[in-house]
Amino acid sequence: MKKEQLLDLYYQMVLIRRVEERGAELYQAGKIGGFMHLYIGQEAVSTGLIAAREPRDRVITAYRDHGVALNCGIPANEVMAELLGKATGMSKGKGGSMHMASVEKNMWGGHAIVGGHLPVAAGFAIGDQYAKNDNVTICMFGDGATNIGYFHEALNLSKTWGLRVLWVCENNVYGMGTSVERASAVTDIRQKAEGYGMKNADANGMDVMAVYEAAQEALAYVRKEGQPYFLEVDTYRFRGHSMGDPERYRKQDEVKKWQENDPIGIFRKYLLDKKTASAKALDEIEDNVEEEVNKAVEFAETSPEPALEDLYADIYAD
Amino acid sequence: MAKITMREAISQALMEEMDRDPAVFIMGEEVGVWGGTYAVTKGFYDKYGPDRIKDTPIAENAIIGGAIGAAMVGQRPIAELMTINFAFSAMDYIVNQAAKLRYMFGGQFTLPLVIRAVGGGGRQLGATHSQTPDAIFAHFPGLKVVSPGTPEDAKGLLKSAIRSNDPILFIEHATMYQVRGEVPDGEYTIPIGKSKIQREGGDLTIVTYCKGLELSMKAAEQLSKEGIEAEIVDLRTLRPLDMEPVLESFKKTNRAIVVEEGWKSYGVGSEIVSRIYEEAFDYVDAPIIRVAQKEVPLPYNRTLEQAALPQVADIVAAAKEVLR
Ligand SMILES: Cc1ncc(C[n+]2csc(CCOP(=O)(O)OP(=O)(O)O)c2C)c(N)n1
Ligand SMILES: [Mg+2]
Repeated sequence: MKKEQLLDLYYQMVLIRRVEERGAELYQAGKIGGFMHLYIGQEAVSTGLIAAREPRDRVITAYRDHGVALNCGIPANEVMAELLGKATGMSKGKGGSMHMASVEKNMWGGHAIVGGHLPVAAGFAIGDQYAKNDNVTICMFGDGATNIGYFHEALNLSKTWGLRVLWVCENNVYGMGTSVERASAVTDIRQKAEGYGMKNADANGMDVMAVYEAAQEALAYVRKEGQPYFLEVDTYRFRGHSMGDPERYRKQDEVKKWQENDPIGIFRKYLLDKKTASAKALDEIEDNVEEEVNKAVEFAETSPEPALEDLYADIYAD
Repeated sequence: MAKITMREAISQALMEEMDRDPAVFIMGEEVGVWGGTYAVTKGFYDKYGPDRIKDTPIAENAIIGGAIGAAMVGQRPIAELMTINFAFSAMDYIVNQAAKLRYMFGGQFTLPLVIRAVGGGGRQLGATHSQTPDAIFAHFPGLKVVSPGTPEDAKGLLKSAIRSNDPILFIEHATMYQVRGEVPDGEYTIPIGKSKIQREGGDLTIVTYCKGLELSMKAAEQLSKEGIEAEIVDLRTLRPLDMEPVLESFKKTNRAIVVEEGWKSYGVGSEIVSRIYEEAFDYVDAPIIRVAQKEVPLPYNRTLEQAALPQVADIVAAAKEVLR
């Protein structure tokens, strides 16, 4: 990977982190409502993954979607504005934290029904198969989502019909307060894909380069073979499930241990060790992000609320 | 009489029935270690252990289907849906199985099953997580649907539901867990399928339930200051529907509005209004008005969401309209 590209990955990961840290503050201040699920700790997953896609490859994910939105190129301004429910958000303030999408950026949402978007992802691939192109759909979901029927129906269909889907399970050890071992018959989740005869692999989700390489290989396979692929990525969310999670289900020691493997810290060290960039250059990137996020907050706060008559907009296309 | 919250009332009902009958157990997402996402089952896991407080995977079909099966073979499961929006993920089990298995097999099967589910909007959770789809479930013969509006009713009705031998959907409201109210001391139950006059008045009848009750009580207070006395009939159970108190009140006031949080079209209000027209047409002095949710999926933005939800002011205005 070229130097600029590597630094761009660093920029993206720091951007996600800062946008969410500011988001958390704004939530505490009552400016953001509803459910907000932070991606902090998992930045390397979507950053590495989406860096490996071609722009024509579609991305769809669950409600933990701010990072994915930013990686896909949705401006921080729009992400922040959507969090604040403003008309300038990409979903015009109607979706909020859990429902970020941009067709233009080939980012098909943010979906809040666990597992619900998996058959839809298969459907994107049906559409692309029907159109006879070789676009790949990248579908991200949590470990918890692999226990619901939707997951199994979608995986089975994708293999049976030879659909170009890259299934990406972000195994962050918990679905809300329930650990993988308490909820899933197998703790190596990719064994489920094995059951459907699907090619699969796992990757260290705290290492953006590892995710990137695994994703490249997987995408090449899917595109060439016209078959789905299952990638399990091991990661951890540093914050609660959503804002206001009492976190009774895990020990602070465990959280601390994972936090020592901060994906941004790991990548920073990688860049310094490889002499890709100086500490000063990386600090500069962080300063730039800081400024970008400040501007995004200002943009969001000064943006207009949706108009009252927009309540009835976009219910139907016709 | 003690004054407790809706959360405490529901929690007490669950605990009392679990203590009373070892066949009662709870299964659902985050009911155990987490303590319930709305903290209703906080402390239950430590008290009863994992056999009776079962944390399930995210698998709504297995939760409802599993509870149906366990009920059929003699246990008394309480299945919890984290929110009623996820009932759609388990719709086949609720509609095609829970509501029909007994009838279809000539009464051989008994399903002593309670499905607890939290519904309602107003928390900026967006379109899929804010619904009040109660009317849909009340559509199906074979299922009973209960949705209380006070702590007293919640406790008494839930206890009856747990003791009942039929599948019952028990719908709570996400914004009402802190609502306080008097509950009788000691053991009591409230029969399922009985509407109740929650406030007496002679000028008009407000028919409502659950969140609508909270809003209607506030509206009635405002109306009272202007010399208008509303009588409020709380349905409490949507199926089987008890029209007696509604009709009795209506025959006295001759004017009514129906207040519900769900969408107006094909809603609870549609049913109530039709029944009044069918059964008390001669007493109608003014067209009956429905106050309900605007016909849009609920948006995230707070102002828009509140604009879509029925408000106290809407009820007051509707009351004045039927009295015009
Ligand atoms: C069908 C359905 N059931 C339950 C929920 C409530 N819920 C939201 S997120 C979640 C946990 C999901 O865990 P996982 O898939 O591991 O994703 P993570 O939050 O860890 O990213 C649950 C139970 C839901 N949104 N949809
Ligand atoms: Mg998870």
